[in-house]
Amino acid sequence: MTKSILLTAALLAGTAIGASAETLRWARAGDSLTLDPHAQNEGPTHTLAHQIYEPLIIRDMTGAFEAALATDWAPSEDDPNVWVFNLRQGVTYHDGAEFTAEDVVFSINRAKKERSGMKELLSSIVEVRAVDDHTVEFVTDGPNPILPSNLTNLFMMDSGWAEDNDVVDVQDVDGGEKTYATTNANGTGAFKLVSREPDVKTVLSRNDDYWGMDQFPMEVSEIVYTPIQNAATRVAALLSGEVDFIQDVPVQDLERVDNTQGLLVKTAPQNRTIFFGLHLGPDDIDNDNVEGENPLADVRVRRAMNLAINRDAIKQVVMRGQSEPAGMIAPPFVNGWTEEMDSIETDVDKAKSLMEEAGYGDGFSIQLDCPNDRYVNDEAICQAAVGMFGQIGITVNLDAKPKAQHFPLISSGGTDFYMLGWGVPTYDSEYIFNFLVHTRGEDRGSWNGTGYSNPELDAKIESLSSETDLEKRDAMIAEIWEEVQDEVLYLPIHHQVLNWGMTEQVGIEVSPEDDPKMKYFTMN
Amino acid sequence: MLAYIIRRVGQSVLVLLVVGLVAFAMFHFVGDPIDNMLGQERTQADIERLRVQLGLDKPFVVQYWRFLEQAAQGNFGLSYRQGRPVAEIMIERLPATLELAFVSGLMALVGGIALGIFTAINRRGVSANVVMTASLIGVSLPTFLIGILLIYVFSVELGWLPSFGRGEVTRIGGWTTGFLTESGLKALILPAVTLGLYQMTLIMRLVRTEMLEVLRMDYIRFARARGIREKSINFRHALKNTLVPVVTVMGLQVGSIIAFAIITETVFQWPGVGLLFINAIQFVDIPVMAAYLMMISVMFVGINLIVDMLYFAIDPRLRADRTTGGH
Repeated sequence: MTKSILLTAALLAGTAIGASAETLRWARAGDSLTLDPHAQNEGPTHTLAHQIYEPLIIRDMTGAFEAALATDWAPSEDDPNVWVFNLRQGVTYHDGAEFTAEDVVFSINRAKKERSGMKELLSSIVEVRAVDDHTVEFVTDGPNPILPSNLTNLFMMDSGWAEDNDVVDVQDVDGGEKTYATTNANGTGAFKLVSREPDVKTVLSRNDDYWGMDQFPMEVSEIVYTPIQNAATRVAALLSGEVDFIQDVPVQDLERVDNTQGLLVKTAPQNRTIFFGLHLGPDDIDNDNVEGENPLADVRVRRAMNLAINRDAIKQVVMRGQSEPAGMIAPPFVNGWTEEMDSIETDVDKAKSLMEEAGYGDGFSIQLDCPNDRYVNDEAICQAAVGMFGQIGITVNLDAKPKAQHFPLISSGGTDFYMLGWGVPTYDSEYIFNFLVHTRGEDRGSWNGTGYSNPELDAKIESLSSETDLEKRDAMIAEIWEEVQDEVLYLPIHHQVLNWGMTEQVGIEVSPEDDPKMKYFTMN
Repeated sequence: MLAYIIRRVGQSVLVLLVVGLVAFAMFHFVGDPIDNMLGQERTQADIERLRVQLGLDKPFVVQYWRFLEQAAQGNFGLSYRQGRPVAEIMIERLPATLELAFVSGLMALVGGIALGIFTAINRRGVSANVVMTASLIGVSLPTFLIGILLIYVFSVELGWLPSFGRGEVTRIGGWTTGFLTESGLKALILPAVTLGLYQMTLIMRLVRTEMLEVLRMDYIRFARARGIREKSINFRHALKNTLVPVVTVMGLQVGSIIAFAIITETVFQWPGVGLLFINAIQFVDIPVMAAYLMMISVMFVGINLIVDMLYFAIDPRLRADRTTGGH
């Protein structure tokens, strides 16, 4: 009861005082999975954590680096394997403890432990050492020019708080106990946790002692975050004025929201490309009607399929204009992207003659595996593609299923033709190559379901991580892309577009990572 | 009597065990939780490690045995999705579902009986026919459509009622209730109507048919001949005799109200066990799915057991059969 009175009081206060005390009621489809900042490497989980916790470096709403808990960072002049980070001084956690170099060492080590969901991003780090209270050195297993981009979701925890509450380790999901950090949080961020009921409601209030009070707008004084799973209900909540800001606006409702008085939709390209993968490695595949050979192994067939996809039609009909047709599997802001590679024409006649040339003039049939609850209109895209491949004689049998059944197929090699979407959190092509192009092995290639293996290319990809001459490195990236494009490893479809719906009072631009950071919001 | 009860309880336990076994055999088809639990950057080694750690590499019978072993000690494990104990999450979510089921059940019962009597008494009236026609909507429209329709009319267009959630809830011990705040009561209306509409029309049609049947009986005719007031005939004599089948049907419907709540809860983001179950399926959160299915089957089996025992108490033939030994 008292809580509800307090909340009402806070709401009333919000309307009375104006810009300095504004509640932002925020809804999106899913909730954060846990408050433990190192347990899950997942979008909605990181987005909530970003309000409460902070990494050393963040990406601002345009995707550019911005100093957070580190003020500056550079490779060491003495040793190419070392990065030096200077930490911000006078920063305190919500419980009053001071943020020091010791916390950085603790947090990185915690995130490197086996049960952490963040450890892969830190695999190149050998040691983290505190030089003094506000200087930290990261030692890597070789020169690592893009280390900072791996740290933008790596949150800093207070080592003292973690010890006091017995959360030095990340939670053990199996048979373990619930840990304190799963439902409690103590960060340095712009907002403090007030209350949380998982899947129901999370309330945060502004941290008035935040170090960036003068640097950022900081106009939101309270955040009420409610996951609303059903898309129609989520839109209805915005239309009826029960929430101020929603993510994941369904494309069919965009016009309606935009045409409503007092509401607007903002749109920006998302850091995610949707494409088809082709199982081109083996000599024969299971899910086709060609005996004894693999039609996908022939690069002419792959080129023909690439030419057969009418990306503009998919954009207009399936996506209602909400996509950017893609010719490569990297979104435009990723290092290595070029406009030339990203544009591709549809040419059915040329595709047909390529099929003829390859000896498949009469076509063949193959099964396409698609998720139906993961990407925007995923199943509809696949349906449209079925018709397009039909034009060049390829009979595609579509098998659409929930993501929990679809993705294991890619990991296990149980699919020969599949849809996948890929975001690039590091904004660098190396990330794409590591997961999607490198031969599938222990450390790399875990999402490469194509069976493609090119030792020469693998060597180039591996050398990227330690190439410190950035010009030379960019040239190598371009070389690798040329090979990937030439071989048509994947059939790119489009870059997804993000839509946020909001009331006119809310001032914010859409971030490519779909991770609103509320300290940047203005409220008029 | 005792032997009969023991036998029935034994059968119920067996049914529960079989339900659990079938459930665990099915989880395999829902998908694989590993990809949901690990991020995009996971390596093949991570997948293998977690699979072994969670026992997912074992056959489902072994997984089921492990679940039973721990459940017998009151430990339902940790949710894969939330990392919190399943029992804690279920207890947290149950009040929302039970309150919703209670309100919509009550609404269905009261509204259904009232409308049933009304349409039976005014059989040829215009308004009764309108109600009868309108009731077809309740039977034929799917729940999620009714829910979205109600949201658009009452939340978006009229702005009277909230479109999602439970409003402000009050905590009393381990229970949370929305009955004590205005926003809590307002939030209950749309989901309760959505969930209860089908049951209400069902009860209404049942009461009407029964009532029409009873009103044709001789004792009603004689009562009229004796000059007893119409009101007394309708409510004291006729209604009482129609209620027996209504109570039976309502008892059977209690279970389905809670089961149907899954759809209503998803549409209205109602934080009950149904929404929890939907989320669990999407994530392949096996501990939560297992606990939910066990809970629902315990409930259904429990209701059946009680009904069986009631029959035993009510029906003398059953009893006589047992006491004489029969064969």
